[in-house]
Amino acid sequence: MKQPFPFSAIVGQDDMKRAMILTAIDPTIGGVLVFGDRGTGKSTAVRALAALLPPIHAVEGCPVNAERLADCPDWAGITSDKTQEIPTPVVDLPLGASEDRVTGALDIEKALTNGEKAFQPGLLAKANRGYLYIDEVNLLEDHIVDLLLDVAQSGQNVVEREGLSIRHPARFVLVGSGNPEEGELRPQLLDRFGLSVDVASPTDIDQRIEVIKRRDAYENDHTAFMVRWQAEDGMLRDQITAARVALKELKTPEQSLRDVAELCIALGSDGLRGELTLLKAARAYAAFRDDTALTRGHIRDVAPLALRHRMRRDPLDDAGSGTRVARIVEETLGA
Amino acid sequence: MTPLIRAHTALALLAIDPLLGGLVVRARAGAVRDAVMAAVPEHTRLHPAMSHEALDGGIDVAATLNAGMLTQTRGLLARDGVFVLAMAERSEPYLAARLAATLDLQQGQTVIALDEGIEDEGLPPALSDRLAFRADLNDCALADIADRPNWPTPAPLARVSVPDDVVDELALLAVRLGITSLRAVGFALRATKAHAALNGRLESVSDDIATAVALVFAHRATQLPADQEEAQEAPDSTPPPETPEGPPAPQESLPQDLLLEAVLANLPPDLLAKLHGTGADRSATGSGSGQKKIGNRRGRPLPARDGGNRQGRVDLIATLRAAIPWQTLRRRDAPHHAGPIIRHSDLRYKRYVDHSDRLLIFAVDASGSAALARMGEAKGAIELLLAEAYARRDHVALISFRGQDAEVLLEPTRSLVQTKRKLADLPGGGATPLAAGLMAAQNMAAQARRKGLTPTVITLTDGRANMALDGTADRGQATIDAQTVARALRAARVDSIVIDTGKRPEPSLSKVADLLGGSYIALPRADARSVAGVVASTLEI
Repeated sequence: MKQPFPFSAIVGQDDMKRAMILTAIDPTIGGVLVFGDRGTGKSTAVRALAALLPPIHAVEGCPVNAERLADCPDWAGITSDKTQEIPTPVVDLPLGASEDRVTGALDIEKALTNGEKAFQPGLLAKANRGYLYIDEVNLLEDHIVDLLLDVAQSGQNVVEREGLSIRHPARFVLVGSGNPEEGELRPQLLDRFGLSVDVASPTDIDQRIEVIKRRDAYENDHTAFMVRWQAEDGMLRDQITAARVALKELKTPEQSLRDVAELCIALGSDGLRGELTLLKAARAYAAFRDDTALTRGHIRDVAPLALRHRMRRDPLDDAGSGTRVARIVEETLGA
Repeated sequence: MTPLIRAHTALALLAIDPLLGGLVVRARAGAVRDAVMAAVPEHTRLHPAMSHEALDGGIDVAATLNAGMLTQTRGLLARDGVFVLAMAERSEPYLAARLAATLDLQQGQTVIALDEGIEDEGLPPALSDRLAFRADLNDCALADIADRPNWPTPAPLARVSVPDDVVDELALLAVRLGITSLRAVGFALRATKAHAALNGRLESVSDDIATAVALVFAHRATQLPADQEEAQEAPDSTPPPETPEGPPAPQESLPQDLLLEAVLANLPPDLLAKLHGTGADRSATGSGSGQKKIGNRRGRPLPARDGGNRQGRVDLIATLRAAIPWQTLRRRDAPHHAGPIIRHSDLRYKRYVDHSDRLLIFAVDASGSAALARMGEAKGAIELLLAEAYARRDHVALISFRGQDAEVLLEPTRSLVQTKRKLADLPGGGATPLAAGLMAAQNMAAQARRKGLTPTVITLTDGRANMALDGTADRGQATIDAQTVARALRAARVDSIVIDTGKRPEPSLSKVADLLGGSYIALPRADARSVAGVVASTLEI
């Protein structure tokens, strides 16, 4: 299996990359939705993210990647508290996945051959403490969406079936991508994503040429290409790790809270979730920039990411909600 | 390049480099298509109605029961080689997405999609974007079948080299042709290499590039390049690719022009027609068929599910499949039970995807003197349509607009009695706030869509808009507002019909109809029966 295309080698698409880095710094921001044209590198970016993220420590053999033995579910039957370093899980949820695959179900093999009732963990268990990626999220079957909504909200996966009663932690960052032309996303699911990004093909000819050249180099001169860009990825990874630490020390002035609230009122975004996400994203961004306090500039930069998908549609404005957010941010927070 | 040679070249290139994804063959079934398909190597045939299980695999009931241990069937998509997707234009987005995901894994699988679509019908774009080539064989004659080029022994693909500036050329050309997807440029580069290899060359020549762009770009073009002057200004001063052993002559001219010619010669004939259309491509919804909806009575089968609605039909196979894992355990409790032990929780119920009911939203102009008559006829048309609605599962709604505002007179319903009662007396007179009427229709359409209905807006009016959205009687602003709302309705993919009941056809109305992407029908003496007839025939219901 070829190593994925390196994250830092992706040309342009700064919004998308920034959104993904912010969730890596603070996973509680709650996921990224990437909507846009075909052939703009949506899937490439998510697959690249896996290689970029710093590794985590998990109890050896634990099906939910728990950090301490006490957090391992008892049905896993783990006794040793030895931990190991594993890459941050990035789990693909394919469109065709059945409910059983997603939540986990009876281990059929064991049940048939030994007559033993055992639980086989599903994708949600695997994604705990990591990322769950759904390509073409707008085409996902309704009953799987319902299930995800519930788990993403509670952070717990509950499986109740004949004779089996299992629960385990399932906290993950939801990453979805899709093409809005093929179907809308239910507002409830939309709301679960902390940040949203609209991607489009680069319009700059040099950028487009660079995209193809890097892709070609990745395919034909793989080793040299990976050496060059993995070094960049490494630097970015260190930045993320440093930002995670810095986030704890970061000051949030009263004025910033006021700015965030004012902005959300001006935009008429529904509920408090927008405000909270915007604040978290802005803080993560400030930490990433290595600044010691949150400023208006940080809020301005991430506001479109955090608020774009929380606005009511205006049928008379064809500019798209991204432009609208940008305009109102400009009006409220000034230049 | 004739379409048949296109198809054959594409197949040959796919055999050399499977990462080109595949080929869309647009043709009705027939001898010409068969001739092309004869060149396709051994393949797995897929069709749009295939169940998830067939595609993705599952538990093999018979084998599992026999062997007493778990036996899985491999889904078709796990196979190697070539997939032939028949009746590709009928593909659901799900199938397209699954195939797209399969192709993204880059495991050497290719897809030949047989597209029998008429006019706007076609492959879901998520899939067609991942297939490099397309050949339209609809206009091929039987006599051309013999047209099949021969190629020398191919050179090894891995060793083919391409001059550096080819990428620049390709990217620039793609922009000039209005191709946004970067995948296309990548495909063109691959196709260039594959074509060189196909002809036994280790270094690509301009002919390879020209063939590649003709095959990959021509059907993707969304605009014709601006005139040559602009081309000169473009950042393109690179020398033509150096080719030591290629054919000498054509390289003297600017490669951009050469490539452009190759593409222009291969543009699909209907491109120009499409370019004159405005706004977004509407093929995704297509009129006449409702949106998809999940039910338990009819339609295309979906994976069976447990619980919930116990009204449906039991899916026997899925039930057995659910029961198998427990057999060893359950047999302990009931050792003398013969046959599989099925419990209530094993039961699986069938589900189907069905097309949803349609909602006809009548937006009727209640302004001016002719209002009463028009409203009366609209009411009659609604009743007529409703009377037939049981056969077609249609709902209707009525919005009237007059004075400064629009008003919902009849919420979506299919009850004839309710309609008759509510539409007993209708007020009329005043100005024509067309924009407000359309906006009310759009709001209702959006709501209906959320409920799973497929809305169609039918506008009946005889005049020009003369009341702006903000309630000022400004003819110019009113026209602009009406056009803006019309564009929004089109962007929301709501089908629409504009019926002009004026004595003379009103040009501004046909402009609005154009912006709506719907049909404009002039019916000077509209009576209930003709309106109902027009609506029914336009929607093909």
